Amino acid sequence: MDTYLVSVLNGLAMGSLLFAIALGLSLVFGMMDVLNLAHGAVYLVGAYVAVALLGDGGGPAAFVAAVLTAAAAGAALGGALAAMTRAAPHHLDQALLTLGVALVVAELLTVAFGSDVHSLPAPVPVDGGVRILGETYPVYRLLVIAFGVVLAIAVHRLVERGPLGAVIRAAVADRAMVAALGVNTGRVLVGVFAAGAALAAVGGVLAGPILGAQPGLDEKVLLLALVVVVVGGLGSVRGALLGAVLIGQVQALGVALLPEYASFLLFAAMAAVLLVRPAGLLPAAAGVRA
Amino acid sequence: MTMLQTSAPAPTGTVRGPRPARRGAVIATAVGVLLVAAPLVLGAYPVSMMTRMLAFAVLVLSVDLLTGVTGMPTLGQAAYFGVGAYTAALVGVHVTSDGAVQAAAALAAGLVAAAATGWVAVRARGIVFLMLTLAIGESVHQLADTWSAVGGSNGLAGMPPISVFGAALPAAGFVYWWVLAVAALVFAAVALVARSPYGRTLRGIRDNEARMRALGYRPALARFGVYCLAGAVAGVGGALWAAQARFVSPGDLGFEVAALALLSVVIGGSGSLWGPCLGAALVLLVRDSLSAYVGGHGALVLGVVFVAVVFLMPRGLAGLARSRRKEVRS
Repeated sequence: MDTYLVSVLNGLAMGSLLFAIALGLSLVFGMMDVLNLAHGAVYLVGAYVAVALLGDGGGPAAFVAAVLTAAAAGAALGGALAAMTRAAPHHLDQALLTLGVALVVAELLTVAFGSDVHSLPAPVPVDGGVRILGETYPVYRLLVIAFGVVLAIAVHRLVERGPLGAVIRAAVADRAMVAALGVNTGRVLVGVFAAGAALAAVGGVLAGPILGAQPGLDEKVLLLALVVVVVGGLGSVRGALLGAVLIGQVQALGVALLPEYASFLLFAAMAAVLLVRPAGLLPAAAGVRA
Repeated sequence: MTMLQTSAPAPTGTVRGPRPARRGAVIATAVGVLLVAAPLVLGAYPVSMMTRMLAFAVLVLSVDLLTGVTGMPTLGQAAYFGVGAYTAALVGVHVTSDGAVQAAAALAAGLVAAAATGWVAVRARGIVFLMLTLAIGESVHQLADTWSAVGGSNGLAGMPPISVFGAALPAAGFVYWWVLAVAALVFAAVALVARSPYGRTLRGIRDNEARMRALGYRPALARFGVYCLAGAVAGVGGALWAAQARFVSPGDLGFEVAALALLSVVIGGSGSLWGPCLGAALVLLVRDSLSAYVGGHGALVLGVVFVAVVFLMPRGLAGLARSRRKEVRS
C-alpha cells in the first residue's frame, strides 16, 4: 500500500510538471493550429539553465534566478517561434520549421553542456524528506505538487474568468471572428506562444531535481506533452489539466510496476481514450472549424 | 471530375507529348545504369553510404505515400521502419540469413504493426494526424529503448551477413545490389499504386475528402489501407537498413529519423516519387558526410536546412523542376 502511495504522489508531481509543459502546446495548437515540435527543446533549455545555475547545489535565491532566467529564455524562444511560424503559411511548413528549431536548439545545448547525463540536487532548504504514513518522501516533490495546484488555479482564474482569458478562449474558438471584432489577434498569439514556452522552460527548471538533464530528454518530454494534449483535448486548459494528472499517474504506475513497458502503457492509455472520445476528454468548446 | 484532374501532382510526360516522355525515360535509364555500376567504380565507404541511402529512400517513399499522395503528414513511419529492421535482425540472428525471407518478414511485421496502431491515427486529419503519428512513433521508440528482449538501449547486434537465395554474398557491393534490387521493386510497386485507381482515390481524399465521400468512396477505409501499405513499405526499408548495418539500435527509429524522412519528402517535393528519393540521398549525405566538416554537428546543419527549405523552396526539388519546365514552355 505504501509503495502505491509513493507512486501516486510521484504521479501527482509528474502531473504538475506535465500540466505546466503541455499547457502552452495545447493553447498554441488550439489557437493557430501550429504543432510546436520545439516544445521539448524549450523544456530542455530550462533544464540546462537549472544545470548551469544550480549544478553545484544552490539556495532559494539561485533557484528563483534560474526560474526567471528560464522563463525569459523560454519567452524569447517562443516569441521567435511565433514570428517564424506566422511567416510560413502551411501547416507542414510550420511543423518543419519548429522541427528545425528543435534540432538546432538541442544540438547547441549538447555543444554547450556535453552529452553527459546531469542530475541536480533539490535546492537547499527543501532537499530533505518528510514522513507520510510511514514512508519518507522528498519535500521538493510535494512542493512541485503544490506548484501544480497553484498554477492550475491561477491559469483557471486567468483564462476562464478574466477579460484576457475571454480573448484567448475566443481566439481558440474562432480567430477570424475575434480579429473582425477589432482585437489584434497577432499580439494575442505571440503572447500565448511566448507565455506557453516560458512555462515549459520553467517546467524544465522545476523538473531538474526529478528528471535531470540529458540529450534526448526533449523527445521524451515532447511525447508526454503530446499524449497529455491528445488525451485531454486540444486547446483547452481543463483538458490539459485532466490529461496531465491522468498521464502523470499512468507514467508513475507504469514505471513502478512495468518499467519495460511504460511507454506501451502510455500508448494504450492514449488509444483507449481516443477510442471512446476521438476529440479527447475535455476538448475546447468547438467554434466554427473549417 | 475536375478534382481528379487537378489533383495529378507531377504532370507526366504523356500529357505533354512524346518528347519529354522520351527524355524522362533516358534520364531514368541513365540513373539506373549509374546506380547499378556504382560498386564497380566506387570504394567501400561510398557504396555502404549509397546502400544506406537506398534503404532510407524506401522509408521516405512510405512517408511520401502518406504525406504526398494522401495528404497525411506523418512523423510515425520511422516506427515501422524500426519494426522492420528489428524483425529482420531477429530473423537473421535466430532463423535464417536469407535476405528475401528477412525482407518478407519485415514487410509482414510493418504491415501488422501499422494495422495495429494506425486505426488510432487515421481518424484524425492534418496536423492532429501528425501529432498522433509522432506519439505512436515515440512510443515505439521508447519501447525499443527499454525492452530487454530486443537489446534495450544497447541495440541488437550479432546479425550474420545476409545471403540471397541460398548463396552467401562475397563482397559488400553485392549487398548494395541486393538492396538496390529490392528498393527498385518497392519503388515500382509504390509507383503502380500511386497511378492505380486506388492512388487516384487517395489523391481525391487529399484534395477534397467531403466530395469523395459524397461520390460514394469510403475515405476512412482508404486512409487505413494506405496507412497499412505505408507501414509495410517502411518495414521493407528497415530490413534493407538492417541488411547493410547488421546492427539495429533504438536510434534507428527515433524522432530524428522520422523528422529526416519528412524533411526528405518536403525537400524532394511531396507527391512526386523520384523527388523524395533524391531528397533522401541529399539528407543522408548532409547528416553523415557533411557533419564531419562541421565538427560532428550535422544536426545543427540539418536544423538550418529545415528552416531554409521552408522559406527558400516550399515545393521542393520536384517543384523547382516543374516551374523551370513551365518557364521553358511559356
